[in-house]
Amino acid sequence: MMNENKLVSSTLQLADSALILGQRNAAWCAHGPILEQDIAITNITLDLIGQARNFYQYAAKLMNEADNKNETEDTLAYFRNERDFKNYLICELPNGDWAQTILRQFFLSTFQSLLFEKMMQSSDTQLAAIATKSIKEIQYHLKWSSEWVIRLGDGTEESRNRILAAVDYLWMYTGEFFIPAAYEIFNAADLQQDWLHHVAIVFEEATIPFPAENQFMQTGGKTGMHTEHLGFIIAEMQSLQRAYPGAEW
Amino acid sequence: MNNNRQAHIYEILETISDPEIPVLSILDLGIVRDVICSNHDAIEIIITPTYSGCPAMDAIAFDIKLKLLEAGYQHITITYTLSPAWSTDWMSEAGKQKLKAYGIAPPQTLSSRINKMLFETEENIECPRCHSTNTQLLSTFGSTACKSLYQCIDCKEPFDYFKCH
Ligand SMILES: [Zn+2]
Repeated sequence: MMNENKLVSSTLQLADSALILGQRNAAWCAHGPILEQDIAITNITLDLIGQARNFYQYAAKLMNEADNKNETEDTLAYFRNERDFKNYLICELPNGDWAQTILRQFFLSTFQSLLFEKMMQSSDTQLAAIATKSIKEIQYHLKWSSEWVIRLGDGTEESRNRILAAVDYLWMYTGEFFIPAAYEIFNAADLQQDWLHHVAIVFEEATIPFPAENQFMQTGGKTGMHTEHLGFIIAEMQSLQRAYPGAEW
Repeated sequence: MNNNRQAHIYEILETISDPEIPVLSILDLGIVRDVICSNHDAIEIIITPTYSGCPAMDAIAFDIKLKLLEAGYQHITITYTLSPAWSTDWMSEAGKQKLKAYGIAPPQTLSSRINKMLFETEENIECPRCHSTNTQLLSTFGSTACKSLYQCIDCKEPFDYFKCH
């Protein structure tokens, strides 16, 4: 039997990461470089919010069963504070330009495709079901973001400079995927080699030099130690529910 | 008696469509996984989402409840299940024909092929207007979560493709 608290924390970690990246990507709505890509990034957002809802609903069910609480997907998304959020730091970073947004999506989709494959085998049937539900969506995100990384890296001087700057900025946030938090039920450390391998294939195709090994990596998001950016996201995302608790469309 | 009730409920469900693709009933799509009629008058309808974030699910569940209430049924429970995960492989043949007639190319690749497609695209998607297979992918992500955008190179018409899932 899995430890209940670990299961809840792990489920919330997955939910928070999907929600915060979804919230970030959603800001591209009506600002995408061209209509088709605006639609693509907002479709990806919808999938991420869908993942988040499935994880939050499950976490709420577990919490209510264990402690006689009254949590819902909405209370977990809208009434928890910054230090309660467990998302990877990379999800909360600013969107920057299109290259930075694309590269972040590529890093996360590559990681999710590996993690969710593993989760599909979980003895926890609900997490396995959510992973199975999400994996095909993630494959589409991965394909789309990989193509964009290649297009930008192997494109014009301008696009290449932008994706190289994005690699410089984001690389130090990728180590966190693989450094387990005490509560995590899926040990992602053994996915690191596969992740590096997938990234290397796409970087090679994109003619992006692979970053040097053993660089300093940022951590903390999974245990609630966030960058200054998360507070602003949460303030905006939660303001309506905080002002009008329980408001519905 | 229960069998009659179940058959009648299926007839009602056949009249309910996906709000994003009104030409398909929720039975064509394979969203309804089971209809359970107990010996009392309780009814449970088990549905599964097409996509994790499918915004139509709440509307569909509401529609099911409404139509069954109108038909005089009470004590209706709608249960969501994620497993087994919905796949375009479940779409009925009749559903695929309806999609085509509506101008949306039906899914034609087996769901199990998706993870092998990193640097490939789905080939030979048939144009629902002129039936040419000389078509190209414009964008994997289309007007709704379930569709990609294609263009026919022969008749130039852009069209939606219900992407495999
Ligand atoms: Zn045509």
